[in-house]
Amino acid sequence: MDIKLKVDASGLSCPLPILKATQGIKTLQPGELMEIVATDPGSVKDMAAWAGSTGHTLVEQDSASGKFRFVVRHK
Amino acid sequence: MDETLSIVLFSGTDDKLQAAAVLAGGAAALGRPVKIFLQYWGLRAFCADEIAADHGLVPEAGAAGRAAVDAAAKAGQASWVETLRAAKELGEVDIQACSASMDILKLKQSDLDPIVDGVEGVAAFYINAGEGQIVFI
Repeated sequence: MDIKLKVDASGLSCPLPILKATQGIKTLQPGELMEIVATDPGSVKDMAAWAGSTGHTLVEQDSASGKFRFVVRHK
Repeated sequence: MDETLSIVLFSGTDDKLQAAAVLAGGAAALGRPVKIFLQYWGLRAFCADEIAADHGLVPEAGAAGRAAVDAAAKAGQASWVETLRAAKELGEVDIQACSASMDILKLKQSDLDPIVDGVEGVAAFYINAGEGQIVFI
């Protein structure tokens, strides 16, 4: 997976993870991938809602080692 | 999700300011325009010499609430000002001071932190709110 941008939102609570996601995705071109890592449990539903609302695609997510990792493709 | 969200921010305690910042930030991240209308103690909290001060919490927070909020801050949670600044940078967040409250508190726009975009009356506020939701904090 060719991750163009990695965003670390660890330790940040709502709404900062999705604000950082917005900030990050703006720097990418259509089709490019961004990985974002968060520790806020609320981020799981937030990222899904954010992707759905903004039209970007949540292509992957996992929660290994207590952190929540999301990969988003710019629409 | 395209309708403007308008937040009337009347309260000036840190807990309510943080709640307003979360609502504004979330909307901004979802691409929704946000308009904040500052009244009374909400407006006072945005004065340049006051904005970084401790605005306390509502009485119902009690000692346990104070401890919980302090713990969150210590764990690195962003302040309401930081959250609002981040939201403003990313989305359309417009912050206006209520002109009536400016009069009551004897304020000039130069007394306010630059994060406040302007001063407007209630009619302008309603026109700008359009058909979108209006929330009172």
